[in-house]
Amino acid sequence: MLCGFLKGDMTAVSAASLEGCNKAVELVIYLSGSMCLWGGLMKICEKAGITAVIARMLSPVTRLLFRDAAHCPEVMNAVTMNLTANLLGLGNAATPSGIATVKAMQKLPPTARKKCISMLVVLNTASIQLIPSTIAAMRLEHGAVSPFDVTPAIIFSSLISVTAGCLMVYALNLRKDERHEFR
Amino acid sequence: MNFGDIFVPALMVFILCYGLVKKVDIVNVFCEGATENLKIAVGLIPMLILLMTAVGMFTSSGAADIIAKLLRPVTTFLGFPEECIPLAIVRPISGSGALACLETILSSVSPDSYSGRVASVLMGSTETTFYTIAVYFSAIKQKAYPSVFAAACLSDLMGFVFSALAVRLFFS
Repeated sequence: MLCGFLKGDMTAVSAASLEGCNKAVELVIYLSGSMCLWGGLMKICEKAGITAVIARMLSPVTRLLFRDAAHCPEVMNAVTMNLTANLLGLGNAATPSGIATVKAMQKLPPTARKKCISMLVVLNTASIQLIPSTIAAMRLEHGAVSPFDVTPAIIFSSLISVTAGCLMVYALNLRKDERHEFR
Repeated sequence: MNFGDIFVPALMVFILCYGLVKKVDIVNVFCEGATENLKIAVGLIPMLILLMTAVGMFTSSGAADIIAKLLRPVTTFLGFPEECIPLAIVRPISGSGALACLETILSSVSPDSYSGRVASVLMGSTETTFYTIAVYFSAIKQKAYPSVFAAACLSDLMGFVFSALAVRLFFS
């Protein structure tokens, strides 16, 4: 606002303020179509056991990433469910399962707990999504020829950012472990 | 023919068939899931109204241009499109804010242009980092570890840089 005032461009700013609220409603109406479609499909996945199959396929990965909790089935189950929800883009299902996971992780010994919680948060903040349905819906609305064509690029970029985050967690924790040993 | 073009319809058919084989009540379960998400979509409206108004005012006031200008040396070096800078700033803080940003970007440039694609990839490959950290650590009533912030921020930064690179890699 201050910038517009300084540049004497208040008309544009006031117009934008009114336009913004109309656009918000339009956007949600537009998005709700695809949100409902995928919400429905994912519910079928859950009921048909597809989610469980993916969770089983993921277990080697989670075992590697959460090595310190591998002996604790309660934590491992929660983690795989959380990752599966993330992969399928079930944003609203991912948060509750993530919260359940951190709560389960609290019972771990302090060093393991810290490593596992850090890893979980990083995995959740990097969002690896197989079907970016919301983004595709928005691209379609604005006339993209093939709205899902960005999917490989999204997966590629997510994988790199997740890897960077995980390495960072390892690096930071490694340094602390060493310090303990030297004392 | 693109990978995404085949993948999505095939996945839909697969899910429905698998559901049929497993004797899931497809219609009712579908409706149940759809209703859940419709509720979420409606719940988003008030917040989005606030945020989209703010984003609209922010960009039209020229504040976004000023920030973009300040960051130009870094972004041109990385080949990161200027239009996407507001999105990159808002993305870690607010999910609906980022949605509003993406909407603004896609209405000003074509979604099939370079910046349009980078914006889409950026949106898809990063998350609302600070929000997520806040939710998880408040769930266990503990202060967030500083190392988590470092790791998550690095991961976000890589997401920004590589979204531009990935678009060039896949669409050149």
